[in-house]
Amino acid sequence: MKIATCLKEVPTQDSRYELADGGMWIKESDLTFGVNECDEYALEEALKLGEEHGGEVTILTLGCQRAEKSIRKGLAMGADRGILIRDEKDQLKSPHAVALALAKVLEREKYDLILTGTQSDDWGYTQTGVLVAQLLGLPHATIVMDIQANPAQKTVKALREMESGWFQWVELPMPSLLTIQAGISQVRYASLKGIMQAKKKEIRSIELSDLGIDFSSVPQLEVRRVYFPTTDKKAEILEGATEAVIEQLIEKLKKEAKVL
Amino acid sequence: MAGAIYTLIDHSQGKIQSASLESLVIGQRMAEDAGSSLHALILGHRIEFLAEQLTNSRIDSIVLLDDPKLEVYDPDLYCEALHQILNKKQPHILLMGHIYQNIDLAPQLAAVMNKGLLTDCIGYHKAEDGFTFTRRMFRNKLNADVQIRSPHPWIITIQSGSAIVDDLREGGAQIIEESVDLSTVEVRRKLLKSFEASKGKVDLSKAEKIIAVGRGIKKEENLDIIGDLAEVLDAEIAASRPVVDNEWMSRDRQIGSSGQTVTPNLYVACGISGAIQHIVGMKNSQCIVAINTDPNAPIFNIASYGIVGDLLEIIPALTKKLRKE
Ligand SMILES: Cc1cc2nc3c(=O)[nH]c(=O)nc-3n(C[C@H](O)[C@H](O)[C@H](O)COP(=O)(O)OP(=O)(O)OC[C@H]3O[C@@H](n4cnc5c(N)ncnc54)[C@H](O)[C@@H]3O)c2cc1C
Ligand SMILES: Nc1ncnc2c1ncn2[C@@H]1O[C@H](COP(=O)(O)O)[C@@H](O)[C@H]1O
Repeated sequence: MKIATCLKEVPTQDSRYELADGGMWIKESDLTFGVNECDEYALEEALKLGEEHGGEVTILTLGCQRAEKSIRKGLAMGADRGILIRDEKDQLKSPHAVALALAKVLEREKYDLILTGTQSDDWGYTQTGVLVAQLLGLPHATIVMDIQANPAQKTVKALREMESGWFQWVELPMPSLLTIQAGISQVRYASLKGIMQAKKKEIRSIELSDLGIDFSSVPQLEVRRVYFPTTDKKAEILEGATEAVIEQLIEKLKKEAKVL
Repeated sequence: MAGAIYTLIDHSQGKIQSASLESLVIGQRMAEDAGSSLHALILGHRIEFLAEQLTNSRIDSIVLLDDPKLEVYDPDLYCEALHQILNKKQPHILLMGHIYQNIDLAPQLAAVMNKGLLTDCIGYHKAEDGFTFTRRMFRNKLNADVQIRSPHPWIITIQSGSAIVDDLREGGAQIIEESVDLSTVEVRRKLLKSFEASKGKVDLSKAEKIIAVGRGIKKEENLDIIGDLAEVLDAEIAASRPVVDNEWMSRDRQIGSSGQTVTPNLYVACGISGAIQHIVGMKNSQCIVAINTDPNAPIFNIASYGIVGDLLEIIPALTKKLRKE
């Protein structure tokens, strides 16, 4: 089975953000970056399918040069090779444009299965995977919690999570695309051997501009303003040393909130 | 008058989804602000009774698409039906709830029609050159106002909880039946079976106090301190999804959109960041206390009291103090 898995590099979860460009964007220089959470799970699923059915796992990332580190991490987990579409100037301003670039590279090879995450941790659009599927003319299933592939019959079964505790099993012909939910299984750690081997694995770089895509008719999104959320109800932050804070809290819970 | 606004009315098990009614509330406001007409759009089979439930709402019309092929959701059939109806009606904007079904459907529709899709919006502003939509980014830590730059219709999905269903304004609406031709659609995805996850034994909906723990607990061994605090407070313990995914707590103690919804008097969120999927399950608690090392964690936006600090230090100290009392 030939599997491709999309992997995005995003600011790590503990990132603290500062605004820049007069509230038009954030300061990126102080951030640390890592693999998007559900993309790690997608890669894990790809590796398991590869182990079960034989075949090759390719990681596909669109991002700047820095993202090579995240691809390398995926190779250390066991993926066979990586492709980086370099968008150094962060030109692509919509999931549609990103999906078009990803699809352009994916269509060059005949993958049996394409996996993406459900949602990116930075933009959180929850649409790139399905857009890629549709642009490639492939069927899809979203928010997948379990996968059973049958390469001989060229079908794949996917367990979709749905509203209020409901699930459904669906069957798709391969090739097809699945968007993977975080928590589908346990993500493996890279072994020392894996890390050593990853150094020798191929990461092919493709310049975005070399893909020859005409983005002029692609739906674009324009960010007008970025700001910290304000709510009517914001927590009263209790300050001081641990002892003092705890005393305040107990006092407040008893006298103000009257819940103790 | 600006172009029409349509709101997709989703339903399951014979009930209209509240996310759709919330979207309709937002649609009413947008229509008023823009001076445009508002229409509800409902797809399915034998669902006239659902359309009738909307006839006394302030909407210009209820477009009903009743077709046996739309009885059960399928992305190819629903996408084609929406495509045809949107081509016919040429609306400005199509609103829908950001629910699982639309996460599956909306991007396919956007790709087929080559139209802009903005997901999980929590509100809108009216700018001189049209609407901009507010959505959360970076795991809820920042808001962004975003505009779609492409020809209409724009497809907008609305986050659950962005409006209050009771705010739906009354009026009168006629049902207009439309039909679509789905005879050439090739259904690629086969539905094998739908099932409801077995309900666990634990019902937290009536709990008065809940101590909930998130990924900030770091290790399973550390859970003991949560249990100790719960014991002195006579509280139930609960968790965010990653803790449950790690199998550190049973699934029936998960709070959130794919877990339980609770409304205790006291909800202590320990090392929980405050992702929307968690918040929808506990935001109506009477008093929320958040303990988190990150002063910008979104959980502080909905908590009553916050402590910025290490839960591994604060929780045991709190337990000790309460024991003494
Ligand atoms: C379709 C879907 C459904 C979902 N359903 C649910 C659901 O039902 N319930 C749910 O909870 N999630 C759900 N999620 C997942 C949700 O998006 C979040 O990923 C999840 O809620 C995050 O859990 P968390 O806050 O424990 O972890 P994180 O977001 O990783 O947050 C951990 C927090 O702990 C803090 N922390 C770290 N160390 C310490 C310390 N020593 N002391 C104090 N604080 C510390 C950090 O600052 C951080 O804020 C769902 C997601 C999707 C896509
Ligand atoms: N720049 C990118 N490079 C690789 N994969 C991406 C990129 N952007 C999005 N994806 C994939 O699409 C999924 C959904 O992203 P989003 O639509 O932004 O929420 C992610 O989890 C990734 O798997």
